[in-house]
Amino acid sequence: MPKLSPIRNDEFEENEPVNIGDRAIDNVRYIREMMERSAHFTAVPGYGGMLMGATAIVAAYVASQQVYLRDWLIVWLTEAFLAFAIGLLAMWQKSKIAGQSLFSAPARKFAFGFVPPLVCGIAITLGLWRYEHYEVMAPVWMMLYGSAVVTGGAFSAKVVPVMGWIFIVAGCIAFALPAVYGNYLMGASFGLLHIVFGAMIARRYGG
Amino acid sequence: MANKNLAFKNTPAAPQALRIEKAAGKVSGELDKVIHERMRLGIISALAANEKVSFTDLKKLLDTSDGNISVHARKLEEAGYITLTKSFAGRMPLTEYAITKDGRKALGRYLDHMEALIKAMKGVG
Repeated sequence: MPKLSPIRNDEFEENEPVNIGDRAIDNVRYIREMMERSAHFTAVPGYGGMLMGATAIVAAYVASQQVYLRDWLIVWLTEAFLAFAIGLLAMWQKSKIAGQSLFSAPARKFAFGFVPPLVCGIAITLGLWRYEHYEVMAPVWMMLYGSAVVTGGAFSAKVVPVMGWIFIVAGCIAFALPAVYGNYLMGASFGLLHIVFGAMIARRYGG
Repeated sequence: MANKNLAFKNTPAAPQALRIEKAAGKVSGELDKVIHERMRLGIISALAANEKVSFTDLKKLLDTSDGNISVHARKLEEAGYITLTKSFAGRMPLTEYAITKDGRKALGRYLDHMEALIKAMKGVG
């Protein structure tokens, strides 16, 4: 017994200090996590975003094959509903993993920021459809979706509003270019941007 | 005691270990027990990041029971770190917590302590 105790003491002395430091790191990490989770919406979908991007590229291709503008509109509207459903499902899934309710305070803030520009987008699309201004639809969609991402993303990870701003810029470019390019820019923005930023979110923010 | 000192002198890691021990000792002497507890640290952190947080949101965030939140919140309230306001949202009673100046200072001190500990540990590597 007397022989054993010094050895144990020795080990104890070596391990204990490291544990205190590790515990300090753990405490700081915990503080940060609680601050983030209470103030930020953490369920922005990464993999879901990539899937939305993939469907958008398919939609851009199918839409470009349409002869009539009305059919072109139907293709993109179908894609919009599909992407919305994917987004909702992915958020629901991710919120379960992240342990944050979809009805928590930050999630509500995200929704209140995200929804108004989308509602405007639907209303403006109906207006444009009534007056048959199909050529301005693509830029308007990109800009309003971008606005929704920027305003909703204010309550989320920092990369989210950045993606929104790129959408807005893409919309501006689409206005400057001939209307034919609108469809390509839709494919590039809703397709590639979602895939690139989705991958970043999935890698950095877990899923 | 004698054994302990001997152990320090004989192991190569001894001086550094001593340094951390010192830092840790200094810190634990001053360590704020009110917010060192996990649940209370969580509450004060969430309140530091938000103007107000409701009882229900805190409960969801920390994933715990009503009783647990109220007990720990009361401790923080008694220390003067947080305040609570009770009101009604329609018919439902609404309890909201907010951090006080003292509470923010206490969290700042606590973070300083943790920083000192981490620095002491990094000095070893």
